[in-house]
Amino acid sequence: MQDETILEITDLNICFEMREGTVNAVNGVNFSVKPGEVLGIVGESGSGKSLSARSIMNLLPRNATVTNGSVKFRKSDGEVVDILAEKRESRKMRELRGGHVGMIFQEPMTALSPVHSIGKQIMTTLSLHTDLSKKAQVERAADLLAMVQMPKPMEMLKKYPHQLSGGMRQRAMIAMALSCNPSLLLADEPTTALDVTTEAQILDLIMSLQDELNMAVIFITHNFGVVAEIADRVSVMYLGNAVETAAVDDIFYNPKHPYTRALLQSIPRLDGQKRRRLQTIEGMVPDPFNLPTGCVFHTRCAEKMAGKCTSQIPELTYFENDQMARCHLHQA
Amino acid sequence: MAGYIAHRLLWSIPTLIVITIATFVIIQLPPGDYVTAYIAELVETGEVIDAETAAHIRHEFGLDRPMYEQFLTWIGGILLHGDFGLSLDWKLPVSELIWDRIGLTLLISMLSLLMTWAIAIPIGVYSATRQYSFLDHLFTVLGFLGRGIPDFLLALVLMWMGFLYFNFHVGGLFSPAYENAPWSFAKFGDLLSHLWVPVLVLSTGGAAGLLRIMRANMLEELGKPYVETAYAQGLSERQVVWRYPVRVALNPFISTVGWALPALISGDVITAVVLNLPTTGPLLLRSLQNQDMYLAGGFILILSVFTIIGTLLSDILLVLTDPRIRHS
Repeated sequence: MQDETILEITDLNICFEMREGTVNAVNGVNFSVKPGEVLGIVGESGSGKSLSARSIMNLLPRNATVTNGSVKFRKSDGEVVDILAEKRESRKMRELRGGHVGMIFQEPMTALSPVHSIGKQIMTTLSLHTDLSKKAQVERAADLLAMVQMPKPMEMLKKYPHQLSGGMRQRAMIAMALSCNPSLLLADEPTTALDVTTEAQILDLIMSLQDELNMAVIFITHNFGVVAEIADRVSVMYLGNAVETAAVDDIFYNPKHPYTRALLQSIPRLDGQKRRRLQTIEGMVPDPFNLPTGCVFHTRCAEKMAGKCTSQIPELTYFENDQMARCHLHQA
Repeated sequence: MAGYIAHRLLWSIPTLIVITIATFVIIQLPPGDYVTAYIAELVETGEVIDAETAAHIRHEFGLDRPMYEQFLTWIGGILLHGDFGLSLDWKLPVSELIWDRIGLTLLISMLSLLMTWAIAIPIGVYSATRQYSFLDHLFTVLGFLGRGIPDFLLALVLMWMGFLYFNFHVGGLFSPAYENAPWSFAKFGDLLSHLWVPVLVLSTGGAAGLLRIMRANMLEELGKPYVETAYAQGLSERQVVWRYPVRVALNPFISTVGWALPALISGDVITAVVLNLPTTGPLLLRSLQNQDMYLAGGFILILSVFTIIGTLLSDILLVLTDPRIRHS
C-alpha cells in the first residue's frame, strides 16, 4: 500500500452463489483513494459499484463471497487495516464503521430508523466512538445539524425522519455519517432519490464539507453530470469491472476505453448540434449468469477486434497521470 | 395526549350502551327462557312441574315482565348499586360467582400470556436473523405442529401422560385434599404443581402462531435500509437487531395486546372444561347453555368493558412506542 493512499482496493472479486448459478458481481476491481480526494464511481445498475463500496465497510450481503483481492484502509493514526481479513463483527471493524468511515445511502426515507429521533440516531454514533458526556453529545449533535445547514438544530434533534422532507433527511444522514470526523465518506447515490434542486444543494453541501473537513469521498452515482461537478478522479464500472479509472478531466476529454466514450456520447447536450439523434450503446447488458468470454464489453463494443477481444481478458494498461483502462486497443 | 385519551374515553360510553342492549337482546332471543331450560332439566330426572308453578317461578324472577323493563332493572342495579343481579341457575349473586373465579383465571391467563411472549419473541427473532438455518427449520416444524394441535387435545394428552407415567392427580388446579382447604404454603405448592399443565397448554398454540408472525415481521424489517445504516454506524449485530428492527416488528404485538385483556377472562373455554379448571370460561359456557341470563349478561358486559379498555390501552401504548403514529 502506497504511503499517501488512505484506501486501496486490489483485484477485488465478489460472487454470489445462487440456485440459478454463480453471479460474478465484481471482477477484479482496482482503485485507490488519497486523503482529501473525491473518487467518483460511475456505472449502471448491477455494475458492482455499490457492492465495492459495501466491501469497504465489510458489510456485504450474507450470500456474497469474496473470492479474491484485498481492501486496505489507513486509519488517521497510520495503522493499516486489512478489511476483508477482519471478521464482519470484529471490534476493529465496528470501530472503523461510523468512526473512521462514514456512509450515506440512497434512500433518506428508509435509511433512517423510523422509531428514533434524528438526535438519538446521531448520538448513537457518538456514544459508540467517542467518550463525550450525554450533554456534550447533545451539543455536538446540534452542531452537526447546524453544519449541514439545518434550521433550528436544537428543535431538529427531536424530530423523527417522517417529519422531515427528503432533502432534510439526507442532511441528517450526512450529519450522522460525519459525526465522528471520518477520514473517508462513502456516498452511495446520495442524491438519486432527490429532486434536481435538492440534489444540487446536497452536492454543494457535500463538497463544502469535504473541503472544510478535508476528508476523502467515494461518490457512487450513475450520473456523469454529478461526477463532473464533484469528482477529482473517476472510475467507470461495467459488469463488475472497473474498465477505466482516471482524473476527471482525462475521463471527459481523453477517455481511453470504448465504454467510457460510448457513455459520454449518450449524454444529451444543450449546446451541441440541433436535432441530433442521441447516440446509444448497441445491445443490452448481458445476463449476469452468463458473462461474455474475454472482455465483458465486447458484445456491445464498436471497436471490437475479432478473436482477441472475444477470447482474452484484457490486462490493465497504465497511461500518464495515473489513468488506467482495461482494453486490448491499448495493448501492444 | 390527554385530550386524545379523554376523547377516546367519551366515545366508549355510547359503545358500551349499545353493547349492553345488544347483549341483553341476544340472550333473550332463543325461544324459551331460564324456566323452560330448568323444567326440561327436571323432566329428565323424572320430576314434572305444572304450568302454575312455572308461572310462579317466572313471576318470582321477573321473567314475565316486558324485556325493556327487565333490562332497565338489570342495568339500573349495576349502575346504581354495582349489583349484577342473581344467577337464576346458581341462586347466587352474579358478582360473587364471577369474582370468585376471576383471581385464578387472571393468574393462569397472565402466566400463559407471559409464557407465550417469552417463547415467541426470542425464537421469532432468532429464526429471522438465522433464516434457513437448522434451528430455524426445526422451530418452523415445531411452530406448525404447535399451531396445528388443538389445545384441548394437547391438554388430554398431557393429562393422560401425567396420569400414566407420573401418577399425577390430573385436572383441576388443586388436589382433592386442598380443594377446600384455606390458603397455606402447602396449598400454594399444590397449585404450582397443577398450574404448569394449563399454562403450557394455553401458551403453546399462541406462541406457535406469534413466533411465525414475529419471524415474518423481522424478516421484513431486517431487509430495510435503516438496518444497514445502523451497521454502518458501528453497532454490533445484537445491538442492531434488538434496538431497531425488533422495536418496529413488535408494533403488531402492541396493537393487539389489548385483546389479551378480554381473553384473560374468557380464556380458552374448551381447554378449561377439559382440564376441569375453576376459571370463568366454563361458567360462561354453562350460563349460556342454561339461559342464565343475568350471569351471561354480566359476563358479556365485563368482557366488553375489558375489550374497550384493552383496545384503548394498546392504542395508547402504540402511540407511545411509534413516533409515526404519535405525530400524524
